[in-house]
Amino acid sequence: MDEQKRIEFEKELNSLRRDILLMLYEAKSGHPGGSLSAISVISYLFLNVMRFDPANPLWEERDRFILSKGHAAPALYAILARVGYFSPKLLKTLRKLGSPLQGHPDSRKLPGVESSTGSLGQGISIAGGIALAGKMEKKSYNVYTLLGDGEIQEGQVWEALMAASQFKLDNLCIFIDNNGLQIDGPVSMVMNVDPIADKLRSFNLATMEIDGHNPDEIENAFEFFKSNKGKGVPTGIVSHTIKGKCVSFMENKSEWHGVAPSKEEVEKALDELGCIESLEDWLTEGITWER
Amino acid sequence: MGKVEKKKLEMQATRDAYGKTLVELGTENHNIVVMDADLSASTRTELFAKKFPERFFNMGIAEANMIGYAAGMALSGKIVFVSTFAIFATLRPFEQIRNAVAAQNLNVKIAATHAGISVGEDGLSHQAIEDVAILRSLPNMHIFIPADSVSAVKIVKEAARINGPVYIRMSRPKTPIIYDETYEFNAGQANILIDAPEARVAMLATGNMVYEAMVCGEKLRSEGIPVIVVDVSSIKPINKELIVSVAKRARLVVTLEEHTIVGGLGGAVCELLSEEYPTKVMRIGINDVFGESGTPSALFQHFGLTAEHIYRKLIKELR
Ligand SMILES: Cc1ncc(C[n+]2csc(CCOP(=O)(O)OP(=O)(O)O)c2C)c(N)n1
Ligand SMILES: [Mg+2]
Repeated sequence: MDEQKRIEFEKELNSLRRDILLMLYEAKSGHPGGSLSAISVISYLFLNVMRFDPANPLWEERDRFILSKGHAAPALYAILARVGYFSPKLLKTLRKLGSPLQGHPDSRKLPGVESSTGSLGQGISIAGGIALAGKMEKKSYNVYTLLGDGEIQEGQVWEALMAASQFKLDNLCIFIDNNGLQIDGPVSMVMNVDPIADKLRSFNLATMEIDGHNPDEIENAFEFFKSNKGKGVPTGIVSHTIKGKCVSFMENKSEWHGVAPSKEEVEKALDELGCIESLEDWLTEGITWER
Repeated sequence: MGKVEKKKLEMQATRDAYGKTLVELGTENHNIVVMDADLSASTRTELFAKKFPERFFNMGIAEANMIGYAAGMALSGKIVFVSTFAIFATLRPFEQIRNAVAAQNLNVKIAATHAGISVGEDGLSHQAIEDVAILRSLPNMHIFIPADSVSAVKIVKEAARINGPVYIRMSRPKTPIIYDETYEFNAGQANILIDAPEARVAMLATGNMVYEAMVCGEKLRSEGIPVIVVDVSSIKPINKELIVSVAKRARLVVTLEEHTIVGGLGGAVCELLSEEYPTKVMRIGINDVFGESGTPSALFQHFGLTAEHIYRKLIKELR
């Protein structure tokens, strides 16, 4: 990736991290750790890979993204607002009564949310179904989904993988956000899932491991997926990430799985991201800044 | 119409009582084992895990498998408490509960927390409001819902004593303590909290709705409207005699639950009374819709489950 593209991407990524933190601060509950580990891949996907049209959210040929680890909803909402599905002002309503920004994504309430998720293990099956329908109708769209590494403890995930291979879903690209942590601690201590890549391979997926915060490697993953199209195999990407990425006191801490930052904490976090001034804007008028 | 006043009572979450009671039970009975599915901090089973690490099993995010392992443990003579959020403890592994646990009448105690809409901001995917309805359909299953943390202690102990499957439905927030230490619990129990020889309305409430019913009942009584308020803590088996006798003394029966009005306490009472003593029953709960995000108190307002909302509804009905 050339230097200019990389700098621009990192800048976008930083403001999305900022939006996630502000949203969670405002909501006073939610999931920072897994939103921050996932936003790098999700933002690259929406900004550089997927074809979609926010003015026509149900455009039949659009590529689809299903956030199987639905608790990372703030990451999804941040990018959906960024690409124009709805006004960034709505980000202030996260988790409040009546908001389309539900605690977990709700497809009936918010354009751009392809399917409701939140119960772990189900999103990948739904993504598989969308990919299967695409194959059946000879559509050209691709389906992307992202799972947590704790999430893959659900047996349903392996049922979905089995089916993806059986039905030769080479239009399906599955990311595992391998941040090493779940709620009760390290995944390896709670219920080990390693070696993930070997497991995916043995389920007949074209499999690759990447550093999920390195833009070049993220780009390579999507190139890899493209190269598998027409081969009749689904793609699996094990994305090595850091839970709470870019906020020093949240990084690699399972304690930050499901609590929102306090005023002091959000100040500290925004300071680290180099955008402390945005808190004032947020508090006074919500997100109104031009991108 | 005055405002409904709420007395200040001490608050404690039923799940906190559960966590402490598990440790007590584990000390007395070495046959007790505990399983959780990556939510041991939230369900408070972590207290047991710290005290008895060799008898605690974190099964990961794999609830259906957890029920199967619990069944296997129970077939091998263990008393197994399994915990996670109510939605993942009941709805997701329902068929496993039916075929592995209930059909074999096994000693598996499904002690679930975060039931109902008081889960709050996590929204509909995390709010079990159908759990009582589906589990009630299973032979052998016991279903207990504590109204506060004091009764939760006694209910958890009774669950350990019972030979067979039990579902205990607990919630996330701190709730008012309404009982004192003299409270005792047995399967099939219902407690009359406010009584009247002849009542305009009998409120049959369960779980977090018991407190709301009490507050509403006090208010109606203070306005000269005789009421009966009952805590139906045992949904299965249900106290037939008490419910029929209360229905005979009241013109209207109202059920109150933090659950869909389909098939839960409301359903159970309707089934019972239509056979034993046909009476008009008004079901108050979640009105055949899904939950959504919001603070627990905003959601209680939204779904009309506060004492104030119930009071207004009843006044209208009794007019
Ligand atoms: C079926 C189901 N069980 C339990 C939960 C509660 N829960 C939400 S997030 C989570 C941990 C997820 O860990 P992981 O998949 O590694 O996510 P990440 O680390 O990316 O946040 C759990 C247990 C759930 N949402 N769904
Ligand atoms: Mg993880």
